[in-house]
Amino acid sequence: MQNHPVYTDNDPQNELSTLNLGPTHPATHGVFQNVLQLDGERIVSGVSTIGYIHRAFEKIAEHRPFYQITPLTDRLNYCSSPINNMGWHMTVEKLLNIQIPKRVDYLRVIVMELARISDHIICNGVLGVDTGAFTGFLYMMEHREAIYEIYEEVCGSRLTTNIGRIGGFERNFNSRAFDKLRAFLKNFPKTLKEFESLFNRNRIFVDRTRDVAAVSAETALSYSWTGPLLRAAGVDYDVRAMNPYSSYEDFEFEVPVGDNGDVYNRFLVRNEEMWQSLRIIEQALAKLDKEPSDIFHADVPEFYLPPKEEVYNNMEALIYHFKIVMGEIPTPKTEVYHSVEGANGELGFYLVNDGGRSPYRLHFRRPSFINYQMYAPMSRGMLLSDAIINMSSLNVIAGELDA
Amino acid sequence: MAKIPNEELIKAISDKFDTLVTVVGEPYELLTVETGRETIIDLLTFLKTDPALKFIFLTDITGIHYPEQERPIGVIYHLHSLTTNTRIRIKVFLADADVHIPTATVLWDGANWMERETYDLFGVLFDGHPDLRRILNVDDMTAFPMRKEFPLEDPNRVDKKDFYFGR
Repeated sequence: MQNHPVYTDNDPQNELSTLNLGPTHPATHGVFQNVLQLDGERIVSGVSTIGYIHRAFEKIAEHRPFYQITPLTDRLNYCSSPINNMGWHMTVEKLLNIQIPKRVDYLRVIVMELARISDHIICNGVLGVDTGAFTGFLYMMEHREAIYEIYEEVCGSRLTTNIGRIGGFERNFNSRAFDKLRAFLKNFPKTLKEFESLFNRNRIFVDRTRDVAAVSAETALSYSWTGPLLRAAGVDYDVRAMNPYSSYEDFEFEVPVGDNGDVYNRFLVRNEEMWQSLRIIEQALAKLDKEPSDIFHADVPEFYLPPKEEVYNNMEALIYHFKIVMGEIPTPKTEVYHSVEGANGELGFYLVNDGGRSPYRLHFRRPSFINYQMYAPMSRGMLLSDAIINMSSLNVIAGELDA
Repeated sequence: MAKIPNEELIKAISDKFDTLVTVVGEPYELLTVETGRETIIDLLTFLKTDPALKFIFLTDITGIHYPEQERPIGVIYHLHSLTTNTRIRIKVFLADADVHIPTATVLWDGANWMERETYDLFGVLFDGHPDLRRILNVDDMTAFPMRKEFPLEDPNRVDKKDFYFGR
């Protein structure tokens, strides 16, 4: 953060202009406003306002059975909704002490890593757009579409996926899903390589991003940053590596770390994470071959919502279906905190349960909410054009700001 | 470094704070302690700066409301020691008429928005906070919507009451 003279209202030299950056500025990527005081092109001070789409998810969750909370979670970070869904299901599984079969864990890892890739595609693609390069974004988007088609095969929807169940998946992955996955694994690396060669040593891009919005590891930790932002600042903290969930301990992958904490580092860290995600998916596919192919959920009929064809044809399944939907399943009176590595950082679920039909209290630790609070303080002394690029690199998702 | 066992953590805390901090449980191996607002900053400072514990990372601050309790408003902190990969949960309960608690922004800059959110939703007043304003709701709102006295739906509606459904 650079120092800059502070002007007062009575200062005869006070010729600051006020700029409303947002709420619908194209570069703000969502509905949030920053009121900036500008001295020429340099930002003197700024105030962030969020709260335009407050949907009271935590309150709504207090009135819903566990399953009906799933659609709330995938509206948090809608660029990588499967991670949110599965993070929630894993929280409930931890609460209920449900053991998950290995094959389900691996399938989950595949879907979550795909979600991470699709989130990073958007973030890095748009970072390119904000520096004036549209091509990278254009060619990467094709592969986000390929990922959405894989989701479609798995669960039938694309953006707000509502994917998974407590204990596993709604149905087994069909062969088309695996075909599409293999096609993606074959095609995407080539584009990612081209994308990297387009940007990584591009003189204009490097000049626009190197040393811009550099944050030290100390500051990043003090602001509770997580995810690629914290790692770009040089702190090796990844929930997948530190507190493995869903069999991440079975996979070999590296946690990329930056050295300078600037926009360029964040870009490189996200790119490298996409390579690591691809590596994890390859390993997961190899491991799947050794598991029985017909298992796609844990054997917990009292918690696992049965597939529709069973509900129609099997009395037991119908009874369990009703009990689960009405929230009559017995749950322990306790509290649990579970976190997963979302695309933006540590996505935590703090669930206080009183044994009722719905959580007594549910709190989402939303990484974007916590990462974004540094935006206004760190913009002080920055050029307006740099502040725009900084915002892209933070990858703030409006749905996560406001839960 | 390996995870600090909960017994060791309890001992370190009780050596320093004696009865000011009570252990309320270890749900899913996450040590949960309760303290008063007079002790909270000392406890957080101790946990953050003690060379053996080093809970340097503030994961989360949030609130909870138990209307039937004597001290109904709770503030809940989650800390994480990144070097030893240990987590701890700290709870402070406040009386309804006196919801003041010192701010944790003296220790972590990141506590700023977390406390604003807790104020906005539960009405907890963080003394010494640099900018305690609402963050998610409009400024002129008077209610604290996550408190239990504010039901999600219109309280005058009777067609959705549980007893109509035999429960």
